[in-house]
Order: sequence, then C-alpha cells, then structure tokens
Amino acid sequence: MNYVIIGNGAAAVGAVEGIRRTDKENPVTLVSHEPYRAYGRPLISNLLSGKIKEADIYLRAENFYEVRGVRPLLGKRATGIDLEKKRVFLEDGEAVAFDRLLIATGGIPFVPPIKGKDGSGVYTFTTLDDANKLAARVDKMKKAVVVGGGLIGLKAAEGLNDRGVKVTVVELADRILSSAFDRQAGDIIERRLREVGLEIILNDSVAEIVRVRGRVKGVILKSGERVESSDVVLAIGVVPNKAIVEGTRIITNRGVLTDEYMETNVPGVYAAGDVVEPTDLLLGQRRVTPIWPNAYIQGRCAGMNMAGERKSYGGSIPMNSIEFYGVPTVSIGVSNPPDASYEVRTSGDPAENVYRKMVIKDDRLVGAVLVGRIEKAGVLTGLIADRVDVGAFKDELLEGDFGFVRMPVETRKRILAAVR
Amino acid sequence: MGLLARDLNSGMWIGFDSMKRVYAKEEVCIGCRLCEVACVVEHSVSKNPVKAFKGIKPRPVPRNYVDEGGPLSFSVNCRHCDEPLCVAVCIAGAMTKDEASGVVKHNAEKCAGCWSCIMACPYGVVRVEQGKNRVVKCDLCDGRDTPACVQACPNRALVFEDR
Repeated sequence: MNYVIIGNGAAAVGAVEGIRRTDKENPVTLVSHEPYRAYGRPLISNLLSGKIKEADIYLRAENFYEVRGVRPLLGKRATGIDLEKKRVFLEDGEAVAFDRLLIATGGIPFVPPIKGKDGSGVYTFTTLDDANKLAARVDKMKKAVVVGGGLIGLKAAEGLNDRGVKVTVVELADRILSSAFDRQAGDIIERRLREVGLEIILNDSVAEIVRVRGRVKGVILKSGERVESSDVVLAIGVVPNKAIVEGTRIITNRGVLTDEYMETNVPGVYAAGDVVEPTDLLLGQRRVTPIWPNAYIQGRCAGMNMAGERKSYGGSIPMNSIEFYGVPTVSIGVSNPPDASYEVRTSGDPAENVYRKMVIKDDRLVGAVLVGRIEKAGVLTGLIADRVDVGAFKDELLEGDFGFVRMPVETRKRILAAVR
Repeated sequence: MGLLARDLNSGMWIGFDSMKRVYAKEEVCIGCRLCEVACVVEHSVSKNPVKAFKGIKPRPVPRNYVDEGGPLSFSVNCRHCDEPLCVAVCIAGAMTKDEASGVVKHNAEKCAGCWSCIMACPYGVVRVEQGKNRVVKCDLCDGRDTPACVQACPNRALVFEDR
C-alpha cells in the first residue's frame, strides 16, 4: 500500500497524522513544489512584520517526516496524474506509484487581469517565498498599495506598516473584511487601522498599475484617482489550485468535489484543504472556504479514511480569528445573514472596540462575531457545530462572559461530560 | 489515550480511551476558587500563593476557570480531547497531543498568539496569558499524580478519573 500526498500545507500535515493514527507501516510519499518543510502559512505576515523569525514558522519538528515514515519530495512539482496506472508524474520525469492519493494542492492567489501587473514590483502574499520577497524589498519600498481589504490583504498591509512602509489598501466593497466579518466589526477594525497609519480606500479598484521604464510608479483607480506607490501587493483572495486534476475524470466545480469521507468520485483518490469545495455545514450547500482549521481537519479526516478508518467530515464552518493592533476578533459561521429569517442580536460598545453579535435561526446559533473580547469564543463554536437549542438563553449569549453556567442544566452537563 | 485497538466485529481501528481527566460536580462546588489558586501556585516559580499572585504583574491566569452565576458554580477544565480541535487549528504547531500520555500540551515558545485555539475549543479552557501574546492551558500538572486543582478542592467537587 503506497500513500501519496500532493501538497505540504495544513491538509497534508493533517493527512500524514490521520494516516499514522492507525497505519504505522506503509510508505507515505509527499510531493510539494515548495522546497520547505510544512510551515504555518498564516504566519507569513508575522514573518514579514518581523514578529517571528523564519525558524519559528515551521509547523512540526524538523524530524517530522522521518519520524512519521514519510518520504518528502520537496521542491518538486507534481505535473499530472494517471488514474488508470495510478501514478503521479513529477516535473523531473519521475513517476510515483500510489494506491491511495490525496490532492492537497491548496489555493492559488486570484490575480485579476490588471494592466501593468506583470513585472517587478508586483507581489502576491500567500507563501513563504512571497513573504521573503517582500521582506527583502521592504527597506527600499517607498509606498505600497495593497489590493484587497480582506484577511490576506490586511495582514500584508499590517506586516508592511510594521516595517515602516506607508500603505494604502484598496477595497472594492464598501467596507473591509466584508466576507468574514460584518459591517460593525469591519468599521471597528478600519478605524483601528487608520489610527496606526494605514490609508484605506473603499468602493474602488485598481484599473492600472502605472510603470515608467518598467518600474512601478503608482496605480490608477477605477474612479480615476491616482495613488503613488513603488510596489503593489495583489491580495484579493485565493482560488482552488485544481490544475493537476483538470483533464482527469475527477469531478470538480469551483473546487474538487468529494464525499463526506473526503474521497473524490475516483475510488482511492481523496482531496482536502483549500483545493476542495466542501459542504458548508450551516448553509447546506457546497462552498469554497479556504481557511486553515478546515484544511487541517479535512486532511486529517482524509488520512484516517485512506488508512481504512471510517470518519465522516461533518462539513465546514467558516471561522476566522485575527487580531489587528491590539484588537482581537473572531467570526464564526454566518456573520452576514442572507435574509430576514435570521435573528440578529448585538451588544458591546463599538467606540471602545468591543462588539458582540449573535446570528440565530430556528433557535440554533448559526453565527457569531466577537471584537475586543474573544474569551471562550469556542463555546459558541461548539454550540454552532452541535446545533444546540439556544432558545432558552439567547440574551445570555450577548454577555461578554457568556459560559456554561448560563445554559440549562441538561445542555451544559451534556457538553461538559463529553470528550471529543 | 494514544492506544488503539482493533474492534473485533468490524476489524476497524478504534480509539482506546484510558485517560484520567478532571471532571467537576456542580452540585457540591462551593465557588471558593481554591482550584484556580492551586493552579496558579502550581505553575508559579515560587510555589507560594502570595508571591504567585502578588509578585507577578499582570496576575497569572489559572488554566481552569470557575464559571459562576447566582448560587451555581463549577470549574471547567481542559478535556484533553481524543481529537483536540485546539491542536487541529494551531497554525504554529504549538499545541500537541502527547501520544503516550494523552495530555494536550502547549509550547509557549512556539505560540503565535493567533487565538485560533480560543476560537475552536468548545470548553473555552484555552486562555490568553495576560500581558503576553500567547495562550496558556492545562497540562494536567505534568509530573503530579493528582492535579493541584483536584487536590485543593475542599468539597471534592473536582475528581480525577477515567470515565
């Protein structure tokens, strides 16, 4: 039995650990075009800002692959899959045989067709190489434009700002963090980011990157406004990196499709992480949710099933925990309810950077947004994931110190007695 | 925990849970918070309650917490889950599940202060270490037969047992 994993991010590490729960013997080969050990991808902003050193970014100990019986083929790109002969082809011509295959190729930055994007001075921000490229350039950077006011864009902006670069963020929507957070939370963070010196332009996008003799001199926005800058970071988001399965009979939509055991329509071929379009637990439909926790959990689930366990992936709950300049935030599940059938309750004091929002449907908590005070946030995540009836304690959910003591006795005893 | 056995009927590998954990009995908890004190002292350098609380600023955070409302109170403690979500979501590799002991451990040196574990833990027992950009959590008093919180409870509202 040969296991092959394409990818080396959260899902791949999860898969190795999932496989090795039960199968301590059969060989695992892991292929990644990145020449590094698995690293905590979201930490690249801490690396850019200088909060951590490169040695601190790695997710597992140096001997991880050795101890787990994994043959890492790092710095080698997988270029194709032969599903009939069960081979993965690498760019150097090597063919790796598999019995069980995991596609964990992650996401790639979405790069819009902006005039002037090709050439020096334009970056994306999803990999260690991206962070190192920016870090190497940062001392000479006069002013940077970050395209995209979502999580990746704002973390890139924070990293650059921390290094003394004057940053302008350009966001198409009428607020920052529009997909993960709601307006009030976005407004609080926006105010905080402006306080520390970031410039934020909303309701606009970059029409052209202006170059003079090849060098970036600034951007022209759709509105006609011109922003001077020496460098541009494109951080609009990521899309599933599914190129390797295109042209095979593995079924894809926006991402690779799998069943609840993370197996694709081809038996023995699994997929996990940002490349997948999993079922959203709360919306009951497929949705690409490229976030770290889901990637690891999917990968681990896939690995367990590849090794012969029978573990169902319950479905994805979007969740983000992110702190900006001393203001911690958490969003879980539905933060922007799509229609009036959802009950929305809020509390807090936005002027003091404290805000709490609960989204409830049919007496079930389906979403939460926390700003400023995030302690015990996971208790809410648990209520959402387990679809606990919160009808008896809806108002209590808004208290900053909400906890088990405010739940009905049967509810809290059930949760506290369980071991997950 | 950490042990696996084959289910004789299905032939599947199953988790084999043989780990003592700390459980609270809310009926007999008197809300004295001696468990929290004992936790802070146990994890202090001085092992002295006055020095542990007054000598260090900001005040250290206990790794359990007493949830209290009206006449009701009880301690909430880390479950050291079989499939711990705090470990799954840790972007820094700071949270690990010790395969031999089953203890979910936190490496403060690696912690990036991203708060993902706080977002994920359904028991709310991972806490921010005040004044530091990192979390703290229960280590089941590594090296002790009975965790300090359990030993300190004057009314046996905390038990350490394998259920």
